Amino acid sequence: MPTLESTTSEVLDLAAAHFRVPREQLRPDDDFFKKLGISSLEALDLLTHLEHHFHIELPDYELQGVSDFRTLAERIQSRL
Amino acid sequence: MKPFHGKTLSWQLRDGVIELLLDRAPCNEIGSDTLGELEQFVMALSAPQTDAQALIISSARPEGFCAGADLRELYRESQRLPANIRTPQLRSFVERTHRVMNFLDAAPLTTIAAVHGVTFGGGFELALTCDLIIADKMARFCFPELRLGLIPGFGGIPRLKRDLGNAIVRDLLLTGRSINTTKAQAIGLVSQIVREGHALHIARLTAAQLNKFDRQTAIAAKKFIKPIPSDELRHEIDVFCELFARPAVEASLRKFVESNDALPYLP
Repeated sequence: MPTLESTTSEVLDLAAAHFRVPREQLRPDDDFFKKLGISSLEALDLLTHLEHHFHIELPDYELQGVSDFRTLAERIQSRL
Repeated sequence: MKPFHGKTLSWQLRDGVIELLLDRAPCNEIGSDTLGELEQFVMALSAPQTDAQALIISSARPEGFCAGADLRELYRESQRLPANIRTPQLRSFVERTHRVMNFLDAAPLTTIAAVHGVTFGGGFELALTCDLIIADKMARFCFPELRLGLIPGFGGIPRLKRDLGNAIVRDLLLTGRSINTTKAQAIGLVSQIVREGHALHIARLTAAQLNKFDRQTAIAAKKFIKPIPSDELRHEIDVFCELFARPAVEASLRKFVESNDALPYLP
């Protein structure tokens, strides 16, 4: 069972690669909308990548109010 | 069938297959212009000399297949009209859309939706008229209408119920959640998942296979297996128009229209 730290790290790796942001610039508590400069449509794209990567379903309503990587990783962790 | 290039879509006959390409920024929202051109398409498709056996519907927009009804136009029009004719105008628009969707659903061709990205609301309903859905792996499907205080109005509920059953309709409709292609294929909605950017290419290969079969047999098979849920479709129009007349829907639409995000799809 992966730890929250390792899941958070995977989320950061994936976001950095997908949105072409240097990995070292991303921190678990960052607001991903602001840090990645993404719209809600791009957030959906990130959600799809995360679902494929972790082989989970993550209903988008669970992301309501979530904007930092750590909380996003917690939501994923609940479904691993 | 003569090629057509309109404001919101185009079509052409290519290797014996009709290709309908949606192309209206930002994500093929269905408003009066798109509906008018879809009606022209349906008229052209109804011509007896149509010699194609397959139809592919796809999108030229990078954001996705179609984000549904043009809610901004719907809100603007409802504000412009006096209260007593808003609902009749809306009903007319929805009935026209149903005629197009019903024709596509029963068209004497094998129809393929080649989808990618956002396939939401009316866009999902358009895909559901097709016999097969071929999806780019990044496609997402959703009925977000309950977020606005509405139900899908372009025939999506009866068609999804016909194809997959009531439980999946309740899941998608009552939660308003979007699903990815893995889930969509697992429930039987999507027939093939393909690499990003390859949906149209794979749809063309599939259409080439369909073209090998005897046309009359293919039409008979489709008619046998794909009944049009006419009573439920009519009922859906009534429920949609009834819900639309409520002040809460006007407030939801205003909030949507005034959103700063170009594509405010997340709840």
